[in-house]
Amino acid sequence: MTTHAHPADRDAPQDDRPQAAITVRIQREDFDTAREIERLSAADPNVGAVVSFTGLCRDEGGRLSALELEHYPGMAEAEIERIARDATARWPVTGLTAIHRHGKIAPGENIVLVVAASRHRAAAFQAADFLMDYLKTRAPFWKKEHLRDGGTGGWVDAREADKKAADRWSR
Amino acid sequence: MQLRYFAWVRERIGRDAETIEVPHDVATVGALIDWLSARDEAYAGAFAERDAIKVALDQEHVDHDAPLNGAREAAFFPPMTGG
Repeated sequence: MTTHAHPADRDAPQDDRPQAAITVRIQREDFDTAREIERLSAADPNVGAVVSFTGLCRDEGGRLSALELEHYPGMAEAEIERIARDATARWPVTGLTAIHRHGKIAPGENIVLVVAASRHRAAAFQAADFLMDYLKTRAPFWKKEHLRDGGTGGWVDAREADKKAADRWSR
Repeated sequence: MQLRYFAWVRERIGRDAETIEVPHDVATVGALIDWLSARDEAYAGAFAERDAIKVALDQEHVDHDAPLNGAREAAFFPPMTGG
């Protein structure tokens, strides 16, 4: 799909724009999506668009009882911050929040949240999309499957589709 | 140097971290993987699929040809599957 933004609707980067507020949290406990959206909406009266993405644990057709997420403490925060800073350099967002859970997560529970806020929608959509694509391929997290029949299903393999999705931003 | 292992690399090596003295002639990430693999079978098994091994030096992604350059921490892990 090709979209042609009206000039007034285009988010051209501006050199004088204020630094976007970046929040990165790695935590075991769940997060409150509505509260995170509200926080970025209220942070700046110039916000006209907020985009959020929530990634959930699937049960893969009843096969899984849980996913266990291992992470590299310290680097996980640092890497997502690097990606978020890159996103704020590419698009004029006013705020960017990324929250990633670790530990054992049951089907239907939240795994990851990305929220992007900007004056106009294009920047928020693209920054959120970019952040998720890079987070999946560069943030040090690994998923292990736990099966409903009691066994351990092994480590989830990285998907070529995720790598391709991230690669399209560097074309 | 502090070494850290994650996911199936950690499971195959049988530990999540260790501190080792790296010989001076081991100058790159790739050379470090070769040197560890020669130490015993657990490392050789963990690093057998060389292309599947990702490496971070001091918590930043690097390629296998990157110089160790006095890094304090090296981490070895499979491709990431978060999100």
